[in-house]
Amino acid sequence: MTATMTPYRPPEQAGRDGFAQLIHAEWTKFRTLRGWLIAVVVAAVLIAVVGVLLPRGDNQCSSGSGAACLGQVPTGPGGEAVNDSYYLAAQPLAGDGSITVRVTSLTGLIASQSGGFVGPNAPPSTMSPGLVPWAKAGIIITASTRPGAAYAAMMVTGSHGVRMQYDYTSDIAGLPGTVSAASPRWLRLTRSGEVITGYDSADGTHWTRIGTVRLAGLAGTVQAGMFAASPLDFTPNFPTYGEPGGSFSNSVAMGTFDDAVLRGGAAGGQWAGQNVGPSGANYSGPRLGFRQAGGRFTVTGSGDIGPVVAAGVNSSYDTGTLADHLFGVFIGLLIMIVIAAMFITVEYRRGLIRTTLTASPRRGRLLAAKAVVIGLVTFVLGSAAVAVAVIVGRQIAHDSGIFVLASGWPIQARVILGTGAMLAVASVLALAIGTMLRRSVAAVATVVVVIVLPYILGVSGILPATASEWVLRVTPAAAFAIEQSVPQYQQVLGHYGPPDYYPLGPWSGFAVLCGYAAIALALATWLLRRRDA
Amino acid sequence: MNQTMTHRRNQTMTTAPHGLPRPAGPDQPGPGRPGTAGDGLPDALRAEWTKLRTVSGTAWILAGICVLTVAVGAATAAATRCGAGTGCAIDPAKVSLTGIQAGQAVVAVLAVLVISGEYSTGMIRTTFTAMPRRWMVLAAKAAVLTGLVLAAAVVAVAGSLVAGRLILAGNGITAAHGSAVVSLHGPTVRAAVGSVLYLALIGLLALGIATIVRDSAAATGAVLGILYVPPVIALFLGSEPAWQHWVERYTPTNAGLAILNTTGLRDLPISPWAGLGVLAAWAAAALLAAGVLLHLRDA
Repeated sequence: MTATMTPYRPPEQAGRDGFAQLIHAEWTKFRTLRGWLIAVVVAAVLIAVVGVLLPRGDNQCSSGSGAACLGQVPTGPGGEAVNDSYYLAAQPLAGDGSITVRVTSLTGLIASQSGGFVGPNAPPSTMSPGLVPWAKAGIIITASTRPGAAYAAMMVTGSHGVRMQYDYTSDIAGLPGTVSAASPRWLRLTRSGEVITGYDSADGTHWTRIGTVRLAGLAGTVQAGMFAASPLDFTPNFPTYGEPGGSFSNSVAMGTFDDAVLRGGAAGGQWAGQNVGPSGANYSGPRLGFRQAGGRFTVTGSGDIGPVVAAGVNSSYDTGTLADHLFGVFIGLLIMIVIAAMFITVEYRRGLIRTTLTASPRRGRLLAAKAVVIGLVTFVLGSAAVAVAVIVGRQIAHDSGIFVLASGWPIQARVILGTGAMLAVASVLALAIGTMLRRSVAAVATVVVVIVLPYILGVSGILPATASEWVLRVTPAAAFAIEQSVPQYQQVLGHYGPPDYYPLGPWSGFAVLCGYAAIALALATWLLRRRDA
Repeated sequence: MNQTMTHRRNQTMTTAPHGLPRPAGPDQPGPGRPGTAGDGLPDALRAEWTKLRTVSGTAWILAGICVLTVAVGAATAAATRCGAGTGCAIDPAKVSLTGIQAGQAVVAVLAVLVISGEYSTGMIRTTFTAMPRRWMVLAAKAAVLTGLVLAAAVVAVAGSLVAGRLILAGNGITAAHGSAVVSLHGPTVRAAVGSVLYLALIGLLALGIATIVRDSAAATGAVLGILYVPPVIALFLGSEPAWQHWVERYTPTNAGLAILNTTGLRDLPISPWAGLGVLAAWAAAALLAAGVLLHLRDA
């Protein structure tokens, strides 16, 4: 009987130098230093608390305050907040048909900025001739005149040629060039069931198809007609200290049409003019309207048909973004990368590194184990904190009447997990820098200068816009792009800058940080193997 | 053991007959002040200067202040273009001196090392044994640090302004295009002198904080946090103008960096010299707290 017994071995001995044991050892080192644990938990709490507390107080609006204001914000077919205000001269179109016009001119007025009264009721005297780049006039087929209704439109624009736009967010280019009496543009929309197709032509005989769109659930009778709109003019500041952004001013656009033909409409139908949307979102002076003289139509409108972009730049509604709740991330990152750098430099200072390397002579694996531990700790704590900041912060903003743009579940999930991953990868980068430099002060200072300082230079308006864009492309701070939730629309003017917008996309920005971390980790492994401890 | 030896040494010195010739040596106190051997301010200054001078890192850090400041300033100037249609309303001196934002981190590192280095090696106990008047040690450290930072800052600021002037002119940002240029006129001189003082005050603030915190890594993190977090807080407080205004006026970096502006002074949240005064108040408060804590705590 004794011959068949195997000698007793403690269970952990079997894999003493296994990777799992290494991770366990590193986790024990991390967890038993109370100051570190407190610091990373404080970092996470700061992320969550700042994100929840910082947003603004109760929103006031004409329909009351708080959540009641949300009902004012029109939303498009995709659920996004939209601007939908323009002047429309339309007839009902029952069933299939088409509308065709010739546009002979597009002119406009822009409120003067210096000393000019800018607001919904700017007196007409402060306006001078001028056309904003996305002033638009053309033809539209819309499900109704309720703001946010599904639509498709063909239009000439101030400086972007002929466009086909539909359902607020889509934009397709047609003929280039500006419209004038010498080079008019013919526009056509045809409707067949739910499908609408847009055409343009420079001569009225040769037509080019621009795009086709299916407007799901389009009712039998729709409105078809001529429209004009002119969004707020935007002049970007050359950023001075703490003042990114720009200034806005009202504008109106006037389109001149003739040869208007509506096929499929009621016989002898009359064009009826009306202002669509909340009383001309940016201008409601006396000029707006529709005139008809012989076969010639003039439509003058203001406002925009398009998506609301962040920072409230093109909207009279109080909107926010998920990034509003992510301010604490920067402070949490600062603390986490300091701890991550110390995770290895402290071993050098105390001489513990020699014990560590004696116990696990395979140095590359040691560094990998440390990276896994610090990466997991920061990812878990960071994601949890960001989740609280984003979910609770968004709810608080929502309850106080702020429409949080582009905040559906998939985007929230990407922001939460992506920001957690950014904190983790930045911590691994800091660990690698700490391994290379070995001394706490140098390592901490380097990680702050490499990761945190570029973010400050990039977002705070200290640098001119061109310089800060480059900073946010090529430094590890590019990863903050993972926080952006709102898409950019080239057909909407605005201040597309941080903290809502970054020059790189979310994942390409994150990839920049990953690249730095990978190179630093490789270099750190090489140095760790090569040097005496 | 150390303490008794020093004590005996001091006793021997003070009771030595005045007429006797003294053996020559670098550690000898000045001939006129036999009673203050080893703990007068000049001796404290010389001791701190020797400590800082003989550490190999100091020269590298001073070079780092100059190189990083000039390099970041030059890179910013190189990336600066006049926007289409927005005119050229840039502040050339401020753009050229952007590197101060990075250089101040290196100044902070030097300041932290001046004191935390002694705590991490235990040297601080030897220092206090030799110089029991602790505030004088702190004063000497502050003086030596200030001297070194001033020297490096003069080079860094002058280099930044020269580089900025050349590069901005190369980018077509010249007086001919209606833009201000870096030149030796009043506001630019004020910005240059002010930036040098700014870096020195950042060094003193960092020295005070590092003396309070003591651990080198934690002190570095704390100092850099105090330097870099408030500017971003101000950015995110856009919806709370009262708070934002307060942060812009009364935090060390936001207030102190007002000194860099040479154009649009009326729009600044705080005037340049007043901003530098706020930073000086922070540095004084930190040093005062550090002096009190040095007195109260065991080393």
